[in-house]
Parts: sequence; structure tokens; C-alpha cells
Amino acid sequence: MMDYDKLVSPVVDAIPPSGIRKFFDIAAEMEDAISLGVGEPDFTTPWTIREAGIYSLEKGQTHYTANAGLLELRDEICHYNKRKFGVEYDPKKEVLVTVGGSEAIDAMIRSVVNPGDEVLIPEPSFVCYKPLTVMAGGKPVIIETKEEDNFRLLPEQLKEKITDKTKLLILPYPNNPTGGVMSKADLEAIAEVLRGTDVFVLSDEIYGELRYSEEEHTVFSSIDGMKERTVVVNGFSKAFAMTGWRLGYALGPERLIKLMTKIHQFGIMSAPTTAQFAAIEALKSCDDDVVEMRREYNYRRRYIVDGFREMGLSCFEPYGAFYVFPCIKSTGMTSDEFCIRLLEEEKVAVVPGNAFGECGEGFIRCSYAYSIENIQEALKRIERFVTRHK
Amino acid sequence: MEEILNILDKDKQSISMSKLAQMLGTEEQEVAESIKKLEKENVIVGYKTIINWEKTERDVVTALIELRITPQRGEGFDRVAERIYKYPQVKSLYLMSGAYDLAVTIEGKSMKEVALFVAQKLAPMDSIISTATHFVLKKYKEEGIVFEDDEKDTRQVITL
Repeated sequence: MMDYDKLVSPVVDAIPPSGIRKFFDIAAEMEDAISLGVGEPDFTTPWTIREAGIYSLEKGQTHYTANAGLLELRDEICHYNKRKFGVEYDPKKEVLVTVGGSEAIDAMIRSVVNPGDEVLIPEPSFVCYKPLTVMAGGKPVIIETKEEDNFRLLPEQLKEKITDKTKLLILPYPNNPTGGVMSKADLEAIAEVLRGTDVFVLSDEIYGELRYSEEEHTVFSSIDGMKERTVVVNGFSKAFAMTGWRLGYALGPERLIKLMTKIHQFGIMSAPTTAQFAAIEALKSCDDDVVEMRREYNYRRRYIVDGFREMGLSCFEPYGAFYVFPCIKSTGMTSDEFCIRLLEEEKVAVVPGNAFGECGEGFIRCSYAYSIENIQEALKRIERFVTRHK
Repeated sequence: MEEILNILDKDKQSISMSKLAQMLGTEEQEVAESIKKLEKENVIVGYKTIINWEKTERDVVTALIELRITPQRGEGFDRVAERIYKYPQVKSLYLMSGAYDLAVTIEGKSMKEVALFVAQKLAPMDSIISTATHFVLKKYKEEGIVFEDDEKDTRQVITL
């Protein structure tokens, strides 16, 4: 019999599975639970996009594409980014189409991180940055963002953590799980700290389209002097409700995109062809659908924030993504306790904040990618629960 | 105002003022006043429940009737349109561009009843040149609502 413990990669073996496995398993098995736990849109992909995917299959578009993705798609990605965010990239050299934003994140980290390099990761944040850094041989350095700072990364926090070994800064905004955003001025302040250093930036802007403040989303590379050091990661999952299609992309300097394309070429070959054809349609004709979905999220966002505040929980006002991150410290429970008991007693599934980093302890992540009726029922149950345990 | 209409337009069940106010980030009273104003100005024309009569005991037959009309001097189509829409059997009436002028939706208990209505009430009207009656065999979608919608939430309970 093979002794796996001795044989498998110790680096991978030591990485804990994403989040808190046990809680997930209980939640998944509870059949009639109401959930606010999902990190994807409730909308089905707009029909015109689905139809374009189907049509590509009818036409027999069932082969590999270029490694970097269909040139027509890369063209559209560049048009879209110019039109929406005012950033310019060369479709032939500065774009890589990936299997979801996650693959782009992985390829970016592996392209720049040498063993021992430090990677700065603001938390609470999405769960993949830390393990991907470790697997690339890097050392994650956590920066804890705070509720009183609206979960923004502050320039002084960044300055304090930069050392000779710092290779990369992850900028996860708009943020999952907090819903926090960085304004243009906030980003300018971060850029000021980075100028003159050799620190790269991975700006994960997958929720960039989902902004609810008057100020629109700023792409980090649009800030003076940042383009040469920044890879912007975006994709189709959140804005176009295309999570299952698994399609994302990276925009960056030619040299970095070349390295990332190498990793992509050997590990993936090319992103799914059907999804790429569908994505062309998304970029060409779905601006209105995006606006409509964002408007709907915004109604729910206001509704759910109000709901949490009315039940006496402090709830920071999120201006991005589709999450609220209320503080549950007043109940005296830990995040894990709160979530497990809420699930058992009221059958509502939410995610403990500490799944997104230690500093998420004392918070819960609730998604509002649900119908208003669903949110209303969940809030009613959570309120009952909170009142009972005051 | 536009935001209120946007929500009401897509609303599947009657929504409370307090919920509307929360969704819009405003006060209940403000929403109530806006709606009253919209109703008064006839921007909000009415409220209606969409019913799939197929699932009930009641027999309902729907027909689309194309009418070609001679417009009347000084009145255009409005006068004849008014004479048509006053019948309670007429569920909708549109002035159309193209091969015919008015599109009428009629509801009745049977095909015979609808056909008689067309023959006895519509066809003999002075300015009507011709009628063409099309019976509806199955309703898939009405007012943006799919009748047999089986789209369920198939997402995992929790994903990060």
C-alpha cells in the first residue's frame, strides 16, 4: 500500500481546504435551508449570450482557440475596457483569456513570485490568494483591513508592510466578502506608496461592474505610473451572470502576459471555445443587461442593509459586489457559532467572516444575489435568532 | 419616480410601501405620495393579476383579430377604436403599422362566442373593411411572465 502522507507534495498537503469544510457540509445537506451563502448571481445568463453559445455549437465551433483566446474576443475585451473604464490595451499582446478570473490570479502569482518572495494580501478577502501564493513558493503577508476604515486598504498600512522581499500586492476591490470599495482617491494614495518600488500589483476587479456609489469604478492601471506594474483581472462571471461558463481574463504589460500565457498554454491550452463565443456576444450587446442587473442588486442591497440595521446589528454600508458583512459581535458568539446555530435553529445559511481571513472573525457574509422574497424571509429568521440570543 | 415604475413593472406580487421605501433608500411616505401622483396622472394606469385559466375550471378562449379600417375624417382611428374597446370582451386594442390597422384581443367562453362577436359586433361597423380572426392555442408568456416557468435555483447552498 502506498503511504500517501510520505509521498504527496507536503506544500499542497498542508494547505487547508477552502473555508470551513465542516460547516459547508452541514449546510449542503440541509435540504430546506434558506441560503444567503452563495457567491454568484441568481440571474441566469442573459438569453442572447446563451443563444450565441448554442449557435457556435451549431456551427461546429468545437475546436481549440488560440492560446490567448479568440482574437475577436480579445478585441472586444479591449473595446469594452476602453469604453467602460477608459483603459487601453493591445488585444494582440496585452490580453489573456483564462478559465475564470481564478486562473488569471494563479498565473499572475506564479509568473512573478520567486521562493521566499512576500505577497501582500489585504483581508478579509477571497480565499484563493493565500494558498496560490504558498503553492508558488511565496510568503503571504496579511494586511488586516478594518470596519471603521470601510475595509479599505490604507496607504500607511501598505507602507508599513513593504520590505525588500515584497514582490506583489493583491488589490481585491470591490471586495468579496465585505462589499468594500476603493475610490479613485484611495487608489491614488496606494499608487503614491508604490511609486519608486519594484512591487507588482494584481488588481482583482471581477466585481468592477457592480458599484453602487456615484463614483464609478476606477481600474487600477489607469492611475499614473501603475500600468507597467499591474495585471488587472476581470471576467464574465459576476457582471454578465456567467459563473458556470468559466471565463475570465487578464490585462497587463506584454512581458507579464507572455509569462502568464506560457503557464496557461501548458496547463490549460485554451479557455472553453463555446464560452468564448458567448462572451463576445456579452461584450457586444449586453451593456443594458448589466445596468439592469446592477439596478436590481442595488434595490436588494439597500433592503438588506436596512434589515440588518433594524435588527440592531452594526452593518457597514457596502458599495460594491453583492455582499453585506454585518458585525455579530454583539451576540457574544463567534462567527462559526453564529453560523452553525443559525443554520440549526432557523435553517438559514450564511458564511462565517473568518472564512475570509482571521480578521473576518465577528462578522458574517450575506449575499444579496437572491430574490427580495428570499432575502425578506431570511432576514425575518435572522432577526428572530438575534433577538432570542441577545 | 422612474425607479418606482421600474420595480412595479417587474413586480410579481403586490409589494408593500415599506419594502419599496427600503429598496429605494427613501421614506415610506415619500413612496406613497409618488405612487398616488403617478396614479392620478395616469402614468400608472392600473394593476392586474396574470391568471393561467388553463389550470382552472373556467373555459377561456382568446383570439387576436386583425382589422383593416377606413380612417374617418378629423378622427383618424380614435373614434372607431373607442367604439371597439368599450366592449368588455376586448382585452387589448392596439393601432398597428403594416398590413392591418387595429389589433384586437378578444376573450370569450368558446370559439363560437368569439366568432359571433366578431361577426355581429366588429365586422358590421361602418369603417371596417375586413377582419381576420386568429385563435390562441397556447399561451407561453404574457406581460413578461412565463406561464410554465420551471427555472429553479440550482446553485450550491454555499460558495465563496
